[in-house]
Amino acid sequence: MLASSGLVAQNIAFGIVALMMVVGALRVVTSKNVVHAALWLVLVLAGAAAQYIILSAEFVAVTQVLVYIGAVTVLFLFGTMLTRAQLGKAKDLNNKNWALGIPVALLVLGTLVYVLIDTFGDDKVVDNPGDVPNVPVQAISDSIFKPYLLPFWALSFVLLAALVGAIVLARKD
Amino acid sequence: MLVNQFLLLGAVLFAIGVYGVIARKNAVLVLMSIELILNAVNMNLIAFALRNGGDAAGHTFALYIIAVAAAEVGVGLALVLLVYRNRRSIALDELSEMKG
Repeated sequence: MLASSGLVAQNIAFGIVALMMVVGALRVVTSKNVVHAALWLVLVLAGAAAQYIILSAEFVAVTQVLVYIGAVTVLFLFGTMLTRAQLGKAKDLNNKNWALGIPVALLVLGTLVYVLIDTFGDDKVVDNPGDVPNVPVQAISDSIFKPYLLPFWALSFVLLAALVGAIVLARKD
Repeated sequence: MLVNQFLLLGAVLFAIGVYGVIARKNAVLVLMSIELILNAVNMNLIAFALRNGGDAAGHTFALYIIAVAAAEVGVGLALVLLVYRNRRSIALDELSEMKG
């Protein structure tokens, strides 16, 4: 697989980062400490940013670092701080019937893997390793402000509603 | 680079996120698992954008999903804070008022 599809360096980088992300994601859902789970989540998000760079999506990678690692993680840590007195280990982070999640997740994974391998098989991301397309930021802004302007407006209202809603919910009367 | 290696990574992250949503009791951890699921979706969008010759539409919708996820975490944590203030606990299995 490595040699046949070209772009060997990218494939090695993908493998290392993908392993890192899967281990981090497993630690997010199994960790006994909420703060540690948030920090493992940072590893997964940073790995996703690295994958976006491998896929030549630099602008999305930078946004991922700014929004997810910079803002969302801080929100999670604040949420942990404000809702729990002790920050250390906790025994009761899982449901009583948590084991039910394992067959469900395996079923989802099995279905997805079967469908993906059946559909895409050995399709390559780029046919010719020499011409990996470059997506300039200008093209992304043209895409946002021309054909997808309406979802952009809708998104602006979603953010406004989320801002007002969060203040209304969280303030003490 | 096969397109499947990115899609399969997304599928693994999605399945781990689904497990976390089902297995976790702490509401903050459930929100973290939802973030894992949203990241899996974004990975698929970026992989398909490159497969279609660097289509900027894929990047656009990945950015929209990032913004929606940020809004979702903001409202979600406000809700969790409200539940905590009223009940001194954010264990999701104790919220059973809607059971008949």
